[in-house]
Amino acid sequence: MISVRRDICAYCGCCISVCPEGALELIDAYLDVDANTCITCGICVRACPLGALEVKK
Amino acid sequence: MKSTYDMLVIGAGPAGAFAAKTAAEKGLSVLMVEKRPAPGAPVRCAEGVGKELLREFMKPDERWVAAEIERAHLIAPDGFRMEMNPEKAGSEVGYVLHRKVFDRELVWQAAAAGSDIMVKTRACSPVMENGVVKGALLEYNGTVTEVRAGVTIAADGVESKFARWCGVNTTVPLREMETCAQYLMTGSDIDPHATEFFAGNDVAPGGYVWIFPKGEKTANVGIGIGGDRGGKPGIRPIDYLNRFVKQHFPNGKTIELIAGGVSICKPLESTVADGLMIVGDAARVSDPLTGGGIYNALYTGKTAGEVAVDSLAKGDVSRKALMKYDETWRASYMGKALERNYQIKEVFVKLTDDDLNSIIHSVAKMNMSEFNTLSLIKNIITANPKVAMKLGKAGLKSLIDSI
Repeated sequence: MISVRRDICAYCGCCISVCPEGALELIDAYLDVDANTCITCGICVRACPLGALEVKK
Repeated sequence: MKSTYDMLVIGAGPAGAFAAKTAAEKGLSVLMVEKRPAPGAPVRCAEGVGKELLREFMKPDERWVAAEIERAHLIAPDGFRMEMNPEKAGSEVGYVLHRKVFDRELVWQAAAAGSDIMVKTRACSPVMENGVVKGALLEYNGTVTEVRAGVTIAADGVESKFARWCGVNTTVPLREMETCAQYLMTGSDIDPHATEFFAGNDVAPGGYVWIFPKGEKTANVGIGIGGDRGGKPGIRPIDYLNRFVKQHFPNGKTIELIAGGVSICKPLESTVADGLMIVGDAARVSDPLTGGGIYNALYTGKTAGEVAVDSLAKGDVSRKALMKYDETWRASYMGKALERNYQIKEVFVKLTDDDLNSIIHSVAKMNMSEFNTLSLIKNIITANPKVAMKLGKAGLKSLIDSI
């Protein structure tokens, strides 16, 4: 599962389009992770310009 | 809000707003929805646009033109500065906008043309019938309402979800997602009429640093790096940006933080489906070399609006009928530029600092009168045979074919 550091995230949406599963969505000003769809591949973590995403085992 | 419209536009950025305006002016009933409470904010853009390109759509207005750019500087990894005057810099000489004002102007124009607008309203699902997009479910203020439309436009930006929900694969490969951070900085002596671009693997691997002035002493200072080049503490865009700013703007004050992503992949294989057209960043039509997307958004939005009008008049919104939109933009100036710049980008991201240094030095020595893209590339390759090797035969051919 991916966890979002809300104190860091600037809700830019950069992570969303690289997600192969479509598990992320930017809803107004917060990032939503769909736990049922996320495969914890970590691609979004690498795309984040600020370091707001973490893989939580 | 009515329950049925001729056209539903998801997203009120430049692409969506121009589609809405174009269609509403031709008499279509249009609803444009924006998930944010305020179109244009927060900004996610370096805000540069080519002068001539913008003028195709709008008369420049001092309310949203922050700076007029007369020249550009390209700074090689070894510190060598090459000045590009308008003839040399081409469309990269232009305006720096206030997107917060510019985007609202476009939304205002769409509204003035007759389009309905809803803000803080999210399209949470398409309405599909037999594989045809027939509108969307819209969430507003805690309730979900179905709105049906003859044609739906996905203008939902880089973070687009709508087209994916309709069955279009919009995933951007990580290495082709430019990951970006930018500060709006003030209190530094910058040339208010010059943009600066810094290239190099220590400065911005797989991308570049830009300084885009927004008036006296104020500028967007930003960076984009390849999506596969960062991802760890210390090498993320924000880390590169902080190091750059510390070195180049020690006394500058940061008055805004902007993060963002720009796709530098090829455009979507198809930007239409039954009842659906995809425009702007959602269609992945931002420029793969420069990252610029404002003109491309306006152009695809306008073209989609025109095709929507024609298709609805003929009573046919099938994928086949809407292909007119896809074919038109691919054959346009923009479509050709995207193809060419994709090929150049594929070379650019593989260059070492030595390659970059020798290319920039050799370009600086070129005769300006010969400065068109083909002769530029010929000259670069002649002066830098190593670069030609990197391209390979296939790369060289596709690059030359695309010019």
